Amino acid sequence: MSTTEEQGSDAAEDLSAAGPAREPGGRRPRRPGWFLPYGMVLPAAVLELLVHVIPMALGIYIAFTSLTQLTIRRWTTAPLVGFENFVRGLDPGNALGSALFESLFRTTVYTVLVVGLSWVLGMAAAVALNTRFRGRGVLRTLFLVPYALPVYVAAILWAFMFNQRDGMVNQLLVQDLGVLDERPFWLIGENAFWVLVIVSVWRLWPFAFLMLLAALQSIPEDMYEAAAIDGASTWRRFTGITLPMVRSANAVVLLVMGLWTFNEFNIPFLLFGDVSPESARLISPLIYEHSFVNWNFGLGAAMSVLLLIALIIASAVYVRMVLPKGSGNE
Amino acid sequence: MAYGETETAVRTPPAALLSASTALGLVAALTACGPGEDSGDQTLTYWASNQGASVEEDQEVLRPALDRFTEETGVEVELEVVPWSELYNRILTAVSSGDAPDVLNIGNTWAASLQETGAFVPFEGEDLQAVGGEERFVGTSFATGGAEGEAPTSVPLYGLSYALFYNPTMFAEAGIEEPPATWEEFVDTADELTRDTDGDGEIDQYGFVTEGGNERQNSHMAFILGQQQGGALWGEDGPTFSSDEQVAAVKQWVDLMAVEEVVDPSSAEFSDGTQGISDFVDGRAAMTIVQGSARTTMAARGFDDYEVAQVPMPDPLPGEPVQSHTAGINISVFNDTDDKEGALRLVEHLTSPEEQVYLSQEFQTLPVATEAYESEELQSESMDTFRTILAEHSAPMPLIPEEGQMETVLGGAISDLFARVATGDEVTEADVRQAMEEAETQMDAAN
Amino acid sequence: MNETRGFRWFRRIVLTFLTVFTVLPLYVLVVTSVKPLENVRGAFTWLPERVTLQPYVDMWTTIPLARYLTNSLVVTTTATVLALVVAVLAAYPLSRLRFRGKRLFSMTVLSTQMFPGILFLLPLFLIFVRLEDFTGIEFTGSYTGLIITYLTFALPFSIWMLAGYFSAIPEGLEEAAMIDGTGRIGALVRVILPVARPGILAVGVFAFITAWGEVLFASVLTDTETRTLSIGLKLYTSQTDTLWNELLAASLTISLPVVVAFMLVQRYLVSGLSAGAVK
Repeated sequence: MSTTEEQGSDAAEDLSAAGPAREPGGRRPRRPGWFLPYGMVLPAAVLELLVHVIPMALGIYIAFTSLTQLTIRRWTTAPLVGFENFVRGLDPGNALGSALFESLFRTTVYTVLVVGLSWVLGMAAAVALNTRFRGRGVLRTLFLVPYALPVYVAAILWAFMFNQRDGMVNQLLVQDLGVLDERPFWLIGENAFWVLVIVSVWRLWPFAFLMLLAALQSIPEDMYEAAAIDGASTWRRFTGITLPMVRSANAVVLLVMGLWTFNEFNIPFLLFGDVSPESARLISPLIYEHSFVNWNFGLGAAMSVLLLIALIIASAVYVRMVLPKGSGNE
Repeated sequence: MAYGETETAVRTPPAALLSASTALGLVAALTACGPGEDSGDQTLTYWASNQGASVEEDQEVLRPALDRFTEETGVEVELEVVPWSELYNRILTAVSSGDAPDVLNIGNTWAASLQETGAFVPFEGEDLQAVGGEERFVGTSFATGGAEGEAPTSVPLYGLSYALFYNPTMFAEAGIEEPPATWEEFVDTADELTRDTDGDGEIDQYGFVTEGGNERQNSHMAFILGQQQGGALWGEDGPTFSSDEQVAAVKQWVDLMAVEEVVDPSSAEFSDGTQGISDFVDGRAAMTIVQGSARTTMAARGFDDYEVAQVPMPDPLPGEPVQSHTAGINISVFNDTDDKEGALRLVEHLTSPEEQVYLSQEFQTLPVATEAYESEELQSESMDTFRTILAEHSAPMPLIPEEGQMETVLGGAISDLFARVATGDEVTEADVRQAMEEAETQMDAAN
Repeated sequence: MNETRGFRWFRRIVLTFLTVFTVLPLYVLVVTSVKPLENVRGAFTWLPERVTLQPYVDMWTTIPLARYLTNSLVVTTTATVLALVVAVLAAYPLSRLRFRGKRLFSMTVLSTQMFPGILFLLPLFLIFVRLEDFTGIEFTGSYTGLIITYLTFALPFSIWMLAGYFSAIPEGLEEAAMIDGTGRIGALVRVILPVARPGILAVGVFAFITAWGEVLFASVLTDTETRTLSIGLKLYTSQTDTLWNELLAASLTISLPVVVAFMLVQRYLVSGLSAGAVK
């Protein structure tokens, strides 16, 4: 009992302060071991540099060049054009810029909806399945199936279901349940946005579930037992123990889900093809269109850089608003 | 600790950029050195496009043709059939990295855009003679090889054109004997054929079907109908989508669903190039305007109850007698090839009348070598129709680098119009004009 | 935990809703995969007019499915295993050791998640081609480039999650082991890893699935021989038709190994700290 209690408070406090202070290396200076952390981090650092950082740096460089079909063959010598791509692509006064900012706003709404819903569903499922009852193994596996299906399959499966004339959804709503009289269109017009949200949530929530379930596992049961003895309600136990204990996992899960969703490309591209209906035009497909359909990589890169900056700001705000509130209490 | 880190991670973003910029130094080091030398083996690599029912089937069709080439020349060919969904990006990476095949297929509407990259061998002088000379090819198809006034960097490989497909059984049931010759007759015929056949109060047979959500087809039809109206998609200063003639053409097209109501509103959602054909095959529509390659789909579905006719034009005709854009697939040779001579011989081989007869039968395309049309095997009424359209009633889509973008922007705008009609909005001429103007500004802003 | 009635109701409602939400599309997937193609083309029917297993036979010959499956398994498994090793190695010092550059490293790693894939697709390809020229190793059109890419895609999130899981493990555990004369690495392998098993498995599942379904990079880094499933499946849609029943039959078949693998590990996902080594 005492072990677990200590461990519990440890896990919670540790997160902000403890690590460096209780560094074992400080206890007994092991000079030959100074390289150990570097050695351990090295493979990851090299890979990140090769696959993420250098290509990204190149991408940012491209944003300052005029890289089009004229220069693509000798891309290293593409002329530098300063901020021209930014001026052209990001000016809200012209058609290009206004389309970009509109889709930036739409993508924000989409991200908030998708991440919010996925987190709620994932958390609810994780809490429900972190208890013992018959069939929980089956459900745990079942819930991960949507996530395990290749995104291509998931997207076209839903497109198949949302087909206006012959799809399952209209069959259910119009023919079987009689909720609607007319067969609505889902993949074109205003409804396309909601289809996009539904499909994205269907794909994403199992991920939240998986990570939160793993996090819930690290909460010692004794803590709940102690709280139960004190007469805390289920809800109090959830807000008082569960949430604080999984906060570390939560912080990262929410952040990366947000970042991925904001950059989502596959689902709209597979659902709607080259051009999404206006109501569902997200930012990544827009950048894809400029870069890979029109071969104006400088412009596409400039738009991506804007996206990157927006994400950095959003993440900074997220971290300031969400995280310290909790850590201050401890 | 996880969040201790998260916090700092985002509090000082410039550090990430800093590490990114040091990485730039590494990039410079990487790019400073030239590419390595290729070893000169005598095998050609060839990227073919997907023409038949599957990539596998294409390989089976092309293999014998390539074997005949190897027999003639002793040069081996390594074949890769690249699906359309990947072809454009594969070409892009090949052009930018130099890691490229020797010979490859391209959509002919990409020709001008790819020409600008300078990655392909221009066909002029000896090089043009080596592939049979200009006189070998159907003139309209040859004209799609690149921008006007420049040496083409691609020559035609497969020819295609739009045509009017109709269902003779439905025509007979309705007592109609001839396919419509003019646009007015076409609308009337379509109207007559739009019927409730089983009396349940719902229309189950439409006179015509087109894929409202298919950007490419929409932009092609805007071009074709626009030409007939005397308009053009592209002028000296850029896009002219909103000229009176073009607006009339797009209105004419969208009205088939909006005003004439001879097109099933459900088809506003069709976009993949096969759904419209499916409706025609399933007897849900009596006519459709699609490219000749649709015959492969119909054959695969075991459907042969169709006839082919010329695309109807307004009478009197205000503009040009254009019934199709000069569609098709072209073939190019990469500048970086180690064996230009061999590559050109391969192009010569595949475009030769003998191989053209073989390939056009297998892929339901039209020969691009004039001589091939004389072949016994290709004599049929429908072949005559297609040939007439391709050789006499076709004009290339604007030969401009922005063509691909134009198809997405313009076609997308028309798709949106169809979507508005299908979801119950009224679409007036002013709406069409506004949509076309917006598409124009989008094109202007990006270029 | 003792359950209240309210909690039981909550559990019932949540699980029912999620089961329906999950199963409905999967039902369409299964039922369509046993329909003849004519039946698939018309209006949707809840039951097949006639059950046929032909799609499950034909799907192997329409496209070289077996080859794509092998490619995907090789690439995905290798990338996952390597990603776990690299991520564990990097996560441990992040959660336990003090070293210069730690913040810069962890910051950079997390910020890579903000990079839009579209922006660095082309640059990555160009770098791989350059490396090819220098090293003579095939990075494009072979497994190598794809494995490196997927492995790295999984890293940032894996490192962060694992660092979080490791931090939740009391340091006393490994200190005890180190007093017994085991080194850092030994303590990591013998003490930390068994305790962090649920986290490692969760991260492994994540790495596997990330690589299993990736489309964009696979489309330029592979060729006919090395094409992976996620893009290979597209070939059931050709210029002429979409073979829905075969496509869905194949999707179902290829998802089975993933589902089975997950069933095998999911038991361990729910052991760990509370039930496991700590007590």
